[in-house]
Order: sequence, then C-alpha cells, then structure tokens
Amino acid sequence: MSVDKDDVGQMAHLARLAVGDEERADHAHNLSNILAFVERLSAVDTAGVEPMAHPLEMTQRLRPDEVSEIDQRDRFQALAPLTQDGHYLVPRVIE
Amino acid sequence: MHDRTIAELSAALERGDFSSVELTQATLSAIDKGAELNAFITTTPDLALAQAQAADEARARGEATALTGIPIAHKDIFCTNGVRTSCASRMLDTFVPPYDAHVVEQMRAAGAVMVGKTNMDEFAMGSSNETSWYGPVKNPWDKSCVPGGSSGGSAAAVAAGLVAGATGTDTGGSIRQPAALTGISGLKPTYGRVSRYGMIAFASSLDQAGPMARSAEDLALMLEAMAGFDARDSTCVNTAVPNYQASLQDFNLKGLKIGLPREYFAAEGMDSAVTQAVEAAVETLREAGAEIHEISLPNTELAVPVYYVIAPAEASSNLSRFDGVRYGHRCDNPEDLEDLYKRSRAEGFGEEVKRRIMVGTYALSAGYFDAYYLKAQQVRRMIRDDFAKAFESVDIIAGPTAPSTAFAIGAKADDPVQMYLSDIFTIAVNLAGLPALSVPAGLADSRPVGLQLIGNHFAEAQLLGAAHGYQQRTDWHTQRPAGEG
Repeated sequence: MSVDKDDVGQMAHLARLAVGDEERADHAHNLSNILAFVERLSAVDTAGVEPMAHPLEMTQRLRPDEVSEIDQRDRFQALAPLTQDGHYLVPRVIE
Repeated sequence: MHDRTIAELSAALERGDFSSVELTQATLSAIDKGAELNAFITTTPDLALAQAQAADEARARGEATALTGIPIAHKDIFCTNGVRTSCASRMLDTFVPPYDAHVVEQMRAAGAVMVGKTNMDEFAMGSSNETSWYGPVKNPWDKSCVPGGSSGGSAAAVAAGLVAGATGTDTGGSIRQPAALTGISGLKPTYGRVSRYGMIAFASSLDQAGPMARSAEDLALMLEAMAGFDARDSTCVNTAVPNYQASLQDFNLKGLKIGLPREYFAAEGMDSAVTQAVEAAVETLREAGAEIHEISLPNTELAVPVYYVIAPAEASSNLSRFDGVRYGHRCDNPEDLEDLYKRSRAEGFGEEVKRRIMVGTYALSAGYFDAYYLKAQQVRRMIRDDFAKAFESVDIIAGPTAPSTAFAIGAKADDPVQMYLSDIFTIAVNLAGLPALSVPAGLADSRPVGLQLIGNHFAEAQLLGAAHGYQQRTDWHTQRPAGEG
C-alpha cells in the first residue's frame, strides 16, 4: 500500500490534524513504509481464527449506576483554555 | 548516602544511619548534579521534603514499611494531583491534574517519597526517548547514546543512581527495553495486575505500569506496593497480591524449566555480542540447576506488524480526547471549531504521535478495518496461542530483551520502521498480556545487555525469584556507568 499526498490529507482530516502541504510528502513516505511493513499480515492464513481484543479475554466488570464523583467544576474548568459562566467556550458553531 | 538499592536504603533508615529528610536532600542534590542527563521533566523538592518529614514521623511511631521514606520518581505519564503531568508533550505542557493515578496513591500510601516526574517519549510513543517535547534523555553509560524508551528518564535516573527506584509503563517494551539499555532491572506485570487509573492512555489493551530499579529484590518491593485491585480500572484484576519479597527467598532455580525460543536467537539484525551475553546468562541458570529446553514461537516476526496496527488504532481513539477545549494546548485565533481542533492538535502533538494517530485512523477507517485491524486481532490470538503452547512444557521463557545495546542519539530517528524493530522481543509479551522482566546480563562494547525472562499470566513471583537467583550468582546488576555512583 503506497500513500500519496492526497491520502495523507484525507487521513489527517479524519484524525483532525492540520498538516501543511510541505509536510505531506514526508508523511506520505513514512506512512507508506509503515503500511508496507504491516502489509505482511495479509499473507497470514487466519481462516477460522477468532479476533482477540483482550489479552486475558475477560469480560468487563459492571458497577451499580450510582454517583461516585463529587462536583469539582471549578477545579476542572481552571484547566480549560477558555471558559465563561461555568461553560467551555469554543468558536461560534451556529450563526 | 542515596546511591544504594531500596533494600539497603530501607535497612539504613531503619537502623537510623540517616533520616528520610537527609536522604531526600541528598537525592535532590544528586538530581541537580545529574541535570545533564535530562532524566527529569519536573522535580518536586518542597513536596518531597514534606513527604520525607512525614515518613520520618511515621517511622518514629513504628509505622514504617519497606518503602517508607525511600525517594522515588514517577514517569510523567502518571497523573499527580497538583503537580504538572505533561506526558512529555507540548499538548500537556501546562496540565496540572486534579487527581492522583492509582499507582501514585499506592506508592504514597506505602510511604515512598516522590522527588519528581521523569522524561519519556511523547505519550510513550518511542523506543529511544527522542520524541519528548523536552528533548532527548542521555544514557549514563555513554552520553552520546539513547537510554531506550519510552520510560527513558526513569531508566537513566535509576542507572545514574539518582533514585533507587522509579515507575514506568510498558505498552510494547517501554520498561524492559530501556532497563536493558541502561543496565537496570525492570518488570512489566501481567495485564491487569496494576491499575491503569490516572495513567495517560496510549493503547489500552496493552498498557501496563511496572517498577524499574537496581535489583529483582527492589522490583518485588515496588510491585507489591503498586499492585492491587482498583475498581476505577475496569480491566484491573481482582486477585490477591502475593508477598513477592518473601517468595524470592523461597524460590529455587533447581528444576526450573526454561525455554529458549529459537526465533529469539536467530532474528535479523541481531548483535552477536548480545547473543553471547544472553547465552552466558542462560549457562549460569543451567549451572544453578535449571533445565534448558529449546522451544519455538513460530509467529515471532509477526508481532511487530500486529502491534503497529493495534497500538496506533487504540492510540488514535485514546488521543481524540485532546481537542483544545477542556484542557491542553489550544491554538491562537481559531477561525471555527474544526480549525480549533486541527491546529490545536497539529501544534500540540509531535511528529511520531501524529504518524501513529494517522496510521490508526487509517486502519480503523471504513473499507480498511477488516484488512488491518481485524486481521491484526486474529494474528494477535495466534501469537498468544504460541505462548500458551510453550507454557505447557516450560515454566519460563528466556532470551534477549533487545536485539542491540544502546544506539547513538539520532541513529534511528529518521526511520520509524527501524526504530519499531528495536522492540521485536518485547512486543509479543504485551500482545499476549504476559508478565516479563529484564535484568542486566553483561556488557557488549562497554554497554549493558539485558536478559528477558517471560512468565505465564500472574507468574510475577516466579519471574522475580528466577531473576533474584540469577543476581545472587552474578554481579552485572551492581555494575555502574563510569563516573556514576
């Protein structure tokens, strides 16, 4: 699998990363090498092999649906780049 | 005063040779003198001295444990309440968490004194500690070389004798490979043994925290404090934590069945001096009564490709939380919301992190998911099954930790695939969720070589016992870089 500059643009868009035109050639080169490297998996016969998501194959625990956190809104919002009246601020989305 | 193992420091504190406050002062001054290594991102002298004072008071009340008053460092991936936690990324350069990771709570509850946060590869993505926003870490054995990664700052700090123990995390070898390259001991526990709560996530089905120190005995002391059930990590296993230190004394190498995977001794690009050192270590184990068997792990060469699908896929999902809205870096003057996301992430993340996010995004995207992600999960099971089969006939598996000794800073920085291959012997262990450790097993060209021991799930006590038995018969773990200690 070879990746070109347009593919890099598409991957970067899906990942919400701004990638300048000048960086795309470098990324295309490295990503092509990485994908070529993992490509060898396609030659492996995996017929009938169940995909494995958890190394110990345990099912995840459930817990009672109860409040476990206290209200620390001021502490958390102190970490935010921009807040106002207890809200996180982002550029206007709806005109 | 400070430059000893945890067990030795603990005994000295108990005898009253010095106080934890004195020990902590000596440690902080050693860290200042060792600043050239760039092993620390943040030091916390005031907090450390307060914790040391509290440790001395606890000891006076007769409440000391083995770790009480011992200065340690945490990898900067563990959230620390009120102390900047950067994950070595510009994204989190000013992030001060409002809570502690479970590992941090556990170590403090055991009385350990936190002296600072260690340097690492950005978001733990790297094998050389060169992807850190705060610059590379130098290997105390040869300052032109990398210490390995991603827990390179913890490894360098312990190797240089700045601290006796440090925490690390291991997603594909990030505790064991730097331990090998800096001549220290490091353990990756079984997946789920140590809680991941408050440990900034990279690849959640692989990430595991563990101890880094100068002996297997010290690893046992630290693991016992770090491990334990925590309901806040849904994959943390609810089984009792053994008394690892006591099990060291009871362990006997005689009759232990050790498997040598032939694929680990015939790998491409293997440094023959590393092979020789590891073979000599195996001979020591044989002389101590272990039975050596040749085994096969036939899918060994597929582990790195599987990892470089699964880890980036999980990372692309985990790192989507860094959006410049609730915390972390935000770009100046965003035009609109999409511009805010894209530029904040582009400015906040380094090149390797961006590469992995894009690879993972690609592997998970419509039309490619089955060919990459599902396929990798299938081969992951085949790799796990290879180990399960091997453990039907042997107790532990031995081999090299890394294919070479420490390499020069910059040597592999421009070639991601070559860098990835430095984890060829460590990655399969994470895919299978197994415990494994690295201990120093010799020098090649004056640089340390690591012996890796791999155990079955939850066989940490056996691994530590075997490593301790090896260290009773050899002195590689006591050797120090020139000019240190």
